[in-house]
Amino acid sequence: MATILSLSNVNKNFGALTVSDDVTFDMPEGQALGIIGPNGAGKSTLFNLIGGTLAVSSGTVQFAKQDVTRVPAAERCRMGIARSFQIPHPFVGMSVYENLLVASSFGNSGHHDAKAECRDILDRTGLLPKANRPAGSLTLLERKRLELARALASGPKLLLLDEIAGGLTEAECHELVETIKGIRDSGVSIIWIEHIVHALTAVVERLIVIDFGKIVAEGEPSKVMADPLVQEIYMGISVDDTAA
Amino acid sequence: MTSMDMTQGRGISVSVVLRLVLLAVVAGLAVAPVWAGRSDLRLLMEVFSFLALAQMWNLLAGYTGLISVGQQAFVGLGGYLFFALAMFAGLPLLIAIPAAAIATAVIAVPTGWIAFRLQGPYFAIGTWVIAEVFRLSAAQIGALGGGSGISLPVALAKSLADSRGGREMVMYYIAFTIGIASVLMVWGLLRSKWGLALTAIRDSEPAAEAMGVATRRVKFMIYVLAAFWTSLTGGFVFLQKLRITPDAAFSLNEWTAFVIFIVVIGGIGSIEGPVIGVVIFFALREVASDWGTWYLIMMGGIAIAVMLVDKRGVWGAIRARTNLSIFPVTKVLD
Ligand SMILES: Nc1ncnc2c1ncn2[C@@H]1O[C@H](COP(=O)(O)OP(=O)(O)OP(=O)(O)O)[C@@H](O)[C@H]1O
Ligand SMILES: [Mg+2]
Repeated sequence: MATILSLSNVNKNFGALTVSDDVTFDMPEGQALGIIGPNGAGKSTLFNLIGGTLAVSSGTVQFAKQDVTRVPAAERCRMGIARSFQIPHPFVGMSVYENLLVASSFGNSGHHDAKAECRDILDRTGLLPKANRPAGSLTLLERKRLELARALASGPKLLLLDEIAGGLTEAECHELVETIKGIRDSGVSIIWIEHIVHALTAVVERLIVIDFGKIVAEGEPSKVMADPLVQEIYMGISVDDTAA
Repeated sequence: MTSMDMTQGRGISVSVVLRLVLLAVVAGLAVAPVWAGRSDLRLLMEVFSFLALAQMWNLLAGYTGLISVGQQAFVGLGGYLFFALAMFAGLPLLIAIPAAAIATAVIAVPTGWIAFRLQGPYFAIGTWVIAEVFRLSAAQIGALGGGSGISLPVALAKSLADSRGGREMVMYYIAFTIGIASVLMVWGLLRSKWGLALTAIRDSEPAAEAMGVATRRVKFMIYVLAAFWTSLTGGFVFLQKLRITPDAAFSLNEWTAFVIFIVVIGGIGSIEGPVIGVVIFFALREVASDWGTWYLIMMGGIAIAVMLVDKRGVWGAIRARTNLSIFPVTKVLD
């Protein structure tokens, strides 16, 4: 399998604070990769660096064999990197459908029938009944689904999902897992940051653990979760999990 | 659900009525020279000018978030370049106005390049400084009368039409076109693919960028477009005045402060807002213009009151409670 994403010695500092510390990993195309770690570990920051919302302090980001370290976020989206925001950023004054249209008009999707494509995505994410409602009228959970739907509408090769399962009931969580499996099976590479570990491990084949900006463990999910170091950090996560 | 559908249905039918009323008003305005007196026509020309300026400022601030307090730069450039092209290059008046606007758009590229280095409030201050530079420069140009300004030669003015009535008629239709076309242009823009980008930027710039919208480029394009249309309006304004001075041409008060008032009162970030704002502004001015300073104090007071009651302005407040839309831009998934 070709490598879709490759981070080499990526660092990010905010002043004296190091939020990404020498992060290096390769991701084969079609992989579903999970990222866990305590609050403030630097997970979302990593997404900002991969998506181009933030510039790296040093190191390189390669996407589909191209160095994208200095490429603006919009251009990266057009190349096929789509992300959801942990704190939803809906276009509140537009309808749910129009939110998707933005992504499908300006993203990577070269599809001919944007309308049908958006309808299909809205259907898969359960937002079809709200298609013509203003996005500003959605509940928080619906806004999270919109983050997923909008990212999908951009036609991604690599999908970055940042904590979209928080607050769901067991049944809803199961549904979401099935949706994400479907996306993975359609050939999209996925990186999923999630505190709800059982949902994550139901989908991903590889797990990366981040603590204080550093990768502290990675590999096959069951082995990573069995690691004593991770167990220690995981305690922290399960506490946050119940708080969420 | 049913009650929602009902209000939606009523909202749509009220919207249709409003649209018909507006259409009737525009039709009436299209034949204004038939029914309106000389001073009414002059007032209407001003209304159309401010409508165009307000639409442009709203496009900038309401959609791309660029708060410019230097749009007078483009009004002034439009006026001065129009005078220069008409007087020294010998262009016919009706060609000199758009030619001046094109030249202004070209000048807006480097000024934008400078202003876009600045963020937020610094951008605002930057636009004002740029406008001041133009004002001071205009005062240095002897051929254009320096600080005391210059008048359009009577012979040139007469080239519009022989009679005074004829000239006023031509001027009225220029103003009518600039005003109405500004609304139609913004409407067309917002209904296009670029409207999706602009509205997305209005609602969340980081998300728009992450969804593939080259936000910087879109904002720059809008900046140049606004400069063009603002300049077109400026050219017309000084054709109507027949005289231009640096202070009048580059007036912060006249061409930016009043315009911001109009947009904020009417409702920023919509097409309807500036239209409503212009009507309110001129209604207030007609009532209170001879109150002197009190008139300005009242304007300020009203602006503050609107901010306190509903900072989305008149149209924003209406829109939040109803489904009214006079210039629909939404795309529906049926
Ligand atoms: N723009 C910024 N400026 C300064 N510090 C920042 C900025 N963005 C993030 N940080 C800091 O970087 C650290 C990592 O933040 P990040 O959002 O990446 O954590 P996270 O792993 O996603 O946490 P969570 O699980 O709570 O979402 C935090 O300490 C945060 O306060
Ligand atoms: Mg986070």
